[in-house]
Amino acid sequence: MMDRKGLQRWFDRKGWSNLLIGVPYVWLLFFFLLPFLIVIAMSVATKTATAPPISFGGDYPLVNLQGYARAVTDTLYFRAFITSLVSAGIATALCLLIGYPMALGLTRVSKSWRNILLMLVILPFWTSFLLRVYAWMGLMGRSSWFNVGLTKIWNAIVPQGWAVDFMPMMHSNFAVVLVMVYTYLPFMILPLYASLERLDPALDEAALDLGSRPWQVFLDVTLPQSIPGIVAGGMLVFIPAAGELVIPTLVGDAASPMIGRVISDQFSAARDWPMASAIAVVLLVLMVGPAVIYGHFQAKAEGSK
Amino acid sequence: MAAAGEPFLRIENISKFFGPFQAVRNVTLSINKGEIFSLLGGSGCGKTTLLRMLAGFEEPSSGKIFLDGRDMTGVAPWDRPVHMMFQSYALFPHMSVEKNVGYGLKHENMAAGQKAARVREMLELVQLLPYATRKPHQISGGQRQRVALARALARQPKLLLLDEPLAALDKKLRERTQFELMSIQQRTGVTFIVVTHDQEEAMTLSDRIAVMDRGEVRQVGSPGEVYEFPNSKFVAGFIGSITSFPATIVERQAEQLRLSVPALGGEVMARDVPGLAEGQEATLAIRPEKLLISKERPEGANAFQGTVKDLAYFGKDSLYRVVLPSGALVQAHAVNARRGGEGSRAAGWDDRVWISFAPSSAIVLAG
Amino acid sequence: MKRRHSFLVSMLAFGFAFFYIPILSMIVYSFNASRLASVWGGFSTKWYFALFSNKQVLDALVLSLEIALVSATIATILGAMAGIALARFPSFRGRLLFSGLVTAPLIMPEVITGISSLMFFILMADWIGWPGERGFTTVTLAHITFSMVFVTTIVQARMLQSDRSIEEAAMDLGSRPWQVMRDVTIPVISPAIMSGWLLAFTISLDDVVITSFTTGPGSTTLPLLIWSKVKLGVTPDINALATLMVSVVAIGVAVAGIAMNRAGRRRQLDEQMAFRANG
Repeated sequence: MMDRKGLQRWFDRKGWSNLLIGVPYVWLLFFFLLPFLIVIAMSVATKTATAPPISFGGDYPLVNLQGYARAVTDTLYFRAFITSLVSAGIATALCLLIGYPMALGLTRVSKSWRNILLMLVILPFWTSFLLRVYAWMGLMGRSSWFNVGLTKIWNAIVPQGWAVDFMPMMHSNFAVVLVMVYTYLPFMILPLYASLERLDPALDEAALDLGSRPWQVFLDVTLPQSIPGIVAGGMLVFIPAAGELVIPTLVGDAASPMIGRVISDQFSAARDWPMASAIAVVLLVLMVGPAVIYGHFQAKAEGSK
Repeated sequence: MAAAGEPFLRIENISKFFGPFQAVRNVTLSINKGEIFSLLGGSGCGKTTLLRMLAGFEEPSSGKIFLDGRDMTGVAPWDRPVHMMFQSYALFPHMSVEKNVGYGLKHENMAAGQKAARVREMLELVQLLPYATRKPHQISGGQRQRVALARALARQPKLLLLDEPLAALDKKLRERTQFELMSIQQRTGVTFIVVTHDQEEAMTLSDRIAVMDRGEVRQVGSPGEVYEFPNSKFVAGFIGSITSFPATIVERQAEQLRLSVPALGGEVMARDVPGLAEGQEATLAIRPEKLLISKERPEGANAFQGTVKDLAYFGKDSLYRVVLPSGALVQAHAVNARRGGEGSRAAGWDDRVWISFAPSSAIVLAG
Repeated sequence: MKRRHSFLVSMLAFGFAFFYIPILSMIVYSFNASRLASVWGGFSTKWYFALFSNKQVLDALVLSLEIALVSATIATILGAMAGIALARFPSFRGRLLFSGLVTAPLIMPEVITGISSLMFFILMADWIGWPGERGFTTVTLAHITFSMVFVTTIVQARMLQSDRSIEEAAMDLGSRPWQVMRDVTIPVISPAIMSGWLLAFTISLDDVVITSFTTGPGSTTLPLLIWSKVKLGVTPDINALATLMVSVVAIGVAVAGIAMNRAGRRRQLDEQMAFRANG
């Protein structure tokens, strides 16, 4: 038996830290790891007409790899994976092309302007994601002022045969990429800004002083030092974009769905839990690669601090 | 209470490993009640680890610490009557000066009025009463240092640990603060253990110094002892500057040693050091300020001729670098007692000069 | 130098136009009298009145706020515990798995988190009879789980910056570990804890995907309501709702920004005065 003093001693030395670690640990084990393990188990289960609509073992094979077989052979799923990865890749590249000069510009403006502009970058962050997608739905619709204006410009500059009544923007992969760039651009700008802001301006001056032209300074000095920011921003855009569900559902082309929508449809509409789980596991495996690269750069950046 | 003759703090064969790295090697020290004791050494010598073991933040890998007769093994930091003044001061940024000073008293079984009086007394001691309601970022660096001191003293610790107490202050403030620390120590009577890398700071502050190197204590003694009678080349070189030459002991006379020093081109008389045998290899070390420099040959032994190769003027004194016929360089400090231009110096560039030193000034070290 | 600057400045102008033109357009059209969302039919505030008299919208807003309040608070407590533990205990059994568990939800696609949570709740109900029905509880539990790791990230980063010796000083002055946490650690990192709470709150308030999987009949949050309306197309009352939400956020961010700026300036002034007083 432990007396009160011994108990207090134990609590101060061990119990307190165990409590601090243990409570969130157990929570995550129960509410995150267990559901995740269920997805993996489900991906090898068999679909049934019962509720819940699955079965392990019994009359059915304990490990049913049909879901995986279909996920990698059925062209519907294969095309969905390709569409998702390509769209997310293009969106990431565009975010980098627009975000890099913006982040660099933010480091060059005066301090008081910088704070205001940074706030303006973060502001959309705090507004509803759904409403940011919605704002573009308003602009892209065929009778909106934006679409009408673009159509006029297009008709004025292209040969007559190419003239259109309206720009077919909504319900296309173009719309998906555009809205992805719009909603994820702050994720690119902020880490880029953080890594560019740390650079010593004296390095630029030193390179200029040694005879480099400004674009050479950018290539030789600025760009290499901002690679951690590029990688961080790239991952923050690519990973959520690849699994995106809301954007393709609202503005995407239903005929060439993205993988997030396929998972959701398989799960809810088709009630094929094993299939949805198998696709989810394949998607996660595809994402482990980028995540490992990200972790590697993150560790390197922390090591060099 | 400690038994008569028992030291107030006894550190017994303490070692500390961090993985395969041994930060502290078998250190044994006895520290008396009410003294200022310094742990002096370069970075990585183990002095801070030793201090952290006294505070209870690290457990020794082996060995024991006795404070006032009580074994401190396994006693948590919050249960030790030992307080620390951190190098960064570690003031609580969200508390006012008086809250900082009174923080430790929270755990004391005292009436509120008594606590307030104690905080007042402490603030008076460090002359910060007018700043009681300020936050740490609203006071200067020197004032922060005094808050840290008052906070550590408020609970009347048996032992106060000071980690580089003056390192964060600028040079002028440092000198003034040194004397303040000493007077506060005298008034409170608390035993101080100071960790420092600054030998001047250790010399002025301490009653005794332990010189540490690579986890080991190399010498313990009063500032005068470690300066004038270093027991090794390391201690001699670490405290003050030194010029040293290889030597061979030729003869032991009554309380005197005769050494042959090839670099000086002759023989040297020095005070006898026990434990040295005739014919043994040794090192002769001389401090620059013990070397006299003159144009005429001085009387007595230990005089050698050379040429001034370099001289640096510091205002109150000058440093001469004299090259001897053997090619060896000797450094000598001379006070510029007279005022004037070129003429005030004992010698100029390329002058032929004599350097000399008293036999009692020569330090002879084994090996 | 000058030419490079003008390029960067025009990129900034383009970027901010890109950010704000869709939002401004949405705000303008919220005052459109026409029912057709993209044809201007004169100025009107009728959609705002329609919004305020729509009980469905108000109920959904209240439910969203309740879920966000509860989930952000619990997520902040759990997330801060994990952040402090990861920053202060460099080695404990299972640390590798633990740090994996606090990173994985950050990169897990929301669809997968959604279906895994739903399957978990359904199977739990099947096996142990809990949770009886899906709604407030299940949504809140799911929100806590995926927003607590954001709090952990923020708190851990702040803890790694803070001076460890402040906590040691408190311990040295007689405080037990839990007292150190109460008196020193938490007050010092409280700004990080607060921004963690705010982030968890917004994440919960904004979430569509995970909520849509874990909710049950009768528990419609505001994003779910918007989601179901928006799927059918652009409507002026959603424009009005969006305008209100953007305004609330903009005012909140502006006020917070000004307050932070002031606090920073005051601190700077204090430090200057302390420096001068020191002489």
